[in-house]
Amino acid sequence: MKLVTMAAAAALAVSVAGAQAEPVKVGMITTLSGGGAGLGIDVRDGFMLAVKQSGNEEIEVIVEDDQQKPDVAVQLSDKMVQAEKVDVLTGIIWSNLAMAVIPSVTAQGKFYLSPNAGPSQLAGKGCHPNYFNVAWQNDNLHEAAGAYANFAELKNTFILAPNYPAGQDALTGFKRFYKGELAGEIYTKLGQTDYAAEIAQIRASGADGVFFFLPGGMGISFLKQYKDSGVDLPVVGPAFSFDQGILQAVGDAALGVKNTSQWSKDIDNETNKAFVESFQAEYGRLPSLYASQGFDTANLLLSAMAKADVNDADAFRAALEEADFKSTRGNFRFGPNHHPIQDIYVREVIKEGDVYTNKIIGTALTSHADAYWSECSM
Amino acid sequence: MSLILLIEQVLNGLQFGIMLFLMAAGLTLIFGVMGLINLAHGSLYMIGAFCAAAVAAWSGSFLLGLVAALAGAAIAGALVELIVIRRLYDKDHLDQVLATFALILIFSEGTRWIFGSFPLYLNVPAYLSGPVTLPGGIEYPFYRLALIIVGLAVAAGLYLLISKTRLGVQIRAGENDREMIAALGIDIARLYTIVFALGAALAGLAGALVGAIQSVQVGMGEPVLIMAFVVIVIGGIGSIKGALIGAVLVGLTDTLGGIFLPEIMKLFFDPSTATSIGSSLASMAIYVLMAAVLILKPSGLFGVRA
Repeated sequence: MKLVTMAAAAALAVSVAGAQAEPVKVGMITTLSGGGAGLGIDVRDGFMLAVKQSGNEEIEVIVEDDQQKPDVAVQLSDKMVQAEKVDVLTGIIWSNLAMAVIPSVTAQGKFYLSPNAGPSQLAGKGCHPNYFNVAWQNDNLHEAAGAYANFAELKNTFILAPNYPAGQDALTGFKRFYKGELAGEIYTKLGQTDYAAEIAQIRASGADGVFFFLPGGMGISFLKQYKDSGVDLPVVGPAFSFDQGILQAVGDAALGVKNTSQWSKDIDNETNKAFVESFQAEYGRLPSLYASQGFDTANLLLSAMAKADVNDADAFRAALEEADFKSTRGNFRFGPNHHPIQDIYVREVIKEGDVYTNKIIGTALTSHADAYWSECSM
Repeated sequence: MSLILLIEQVLNGLQFGIMLFLMAAGLTLIFGVMGLINLAHGSLYMIGAFCAAAVAAWSGSFLLGLVAALAGAAIAGALVELIVIRRLYDKDHLDQVLATFALILIFSEGTRWIFGSFPLYLNVPAYLSGPVTLPGGIEYPFYRLALIIVGLAVAAGLYLLISKTRLGVQIRAGENDREMIAALGIDIARLYTIVFALGAALAGLAGALVGAIQSVQVGMGEPVLIMAFVVIVIGGIGSIKGALIGAVLVGLTDTLGGIFLPEIMKLFFDPSTATSIGSSLASMAIYVLMAAVLILKPSGLFGVRA
């Protein structure tokens, strides 16, 4: 399925003063089919919205579907780098795909702007001058959940995540900040949909709270079954299981759950307000975390294009490092390993009319960087 | 590990096994009667769940959703049989695998096209939600108990259908000698369509029932399909009784393995490593079970074909 999207910018692109000479070709490899498609579609829609709003005609975006398969992603990136001669790549959602694609792309001198995946390897020893992460390092939201668990005075938390690298990162991140005892620690199967056994263990463990990282359908299943089990310990988690795209499917079971996120639709700044409004007008649904990340990624790229020519790699890199764009999250800057330094909020799941959504109730970590930057020798 | 927790986990394993049986029964029936490997069986499970979610959202009635799931999956099954599967009976198993794999892709993208990429909402109805207290002070979700009862009722109904009715006689005869029953004047093409629709309806029912406690989303059928194949290999291809016993064995192994293997590993390793190793071993448990069964009985527990 090939989807060549030319950024049709009908508006009069009054060229901003500066070095906006060369058109920039962007290759977006993201997940548009299968079970994980919702995330990729949101990243794409957020990104394209920013491009459209900029009215900049000097940017061409090629979108391709990786089907959530590493081999397909590698094939697409080879094609984009070698045949399509793109300047910048972006779009990958999943850490395993990111690890398969990004090191070879940056080694070939291309820029990579990650709108989502942030594996610890690329933040630490494997960092690269041409790799920028606009979302977070994988552990960030889990660390914030650990910090929030202390604040909520949880003393004996039961923690669970799927048994794969991002799941292990999640529990490590949570434990890095959490100070209480663990009532239990479980790795579930990746893709597991029945959590009856785990919930029975939580009930028997004497825990006073639950932290879980179960992305996508796994989290929906867990929450619905947890609600139905009659166990009503407070639940804390990263935003991934409580995002706009899936909250409607979880329904009442998610109400009141606290989750950590660097973005929320009620963050009070002009950029975010305009983003939420225009996204809803354009696509007829509320934006998600992933949509905000796509939107910020495009705006970062546009800000660098206004300052430097993409063919002058050093100047372009310096322009990206400045992160001179208005983020939907408010404060945003890059650390020395090109990962964000940002505030991470605590949100609560609420119901607004018929729609389940989130409301910020506090800040878990302020100007937070990741734990790996000191290992990066860039 | 208390006795109550153990009993609760056995119930969980039983419930999981019985849902697997609904998938495996249709799969093994279709293979047994028609000799067809149907990879798209998981798509019919997904169709059942989506029909249930859509109709339940529209009407507000969970029961109406279940009826829609049965009807939707049966109709989809019958159409697939008439349009595609019919041409595959005398083909190689490889051709069947390729064609039905293509059906998976068509159904997945078709469903996404109609319903969008975001998971749908289907909830347990109020009258079945919440926990009940069983004798011995065990708190167990009422809905899961209902699933066990419905699943056992379907198993009993299927047994009666196959052993006591005229259609059942034809199905059993079809397994043994299809030329002969065709010669006896039975419309074999019609029989195949009925068997296929019946298998599809069972998968659709499972999808709708499970969809209420899990997520209703594109691709939800594939992980279950793999488990269902393990079940029919263990139970013996073509045997409904084998499917029931195999499904319960797989359900119990998977559930109990997931709990006890990490605990056992804690005797040898520190807790964090033990959890990690135990969980990895638990993921393999059902395949180890399958291998062990195949070593002892190469055609499965109740297998009839060599």
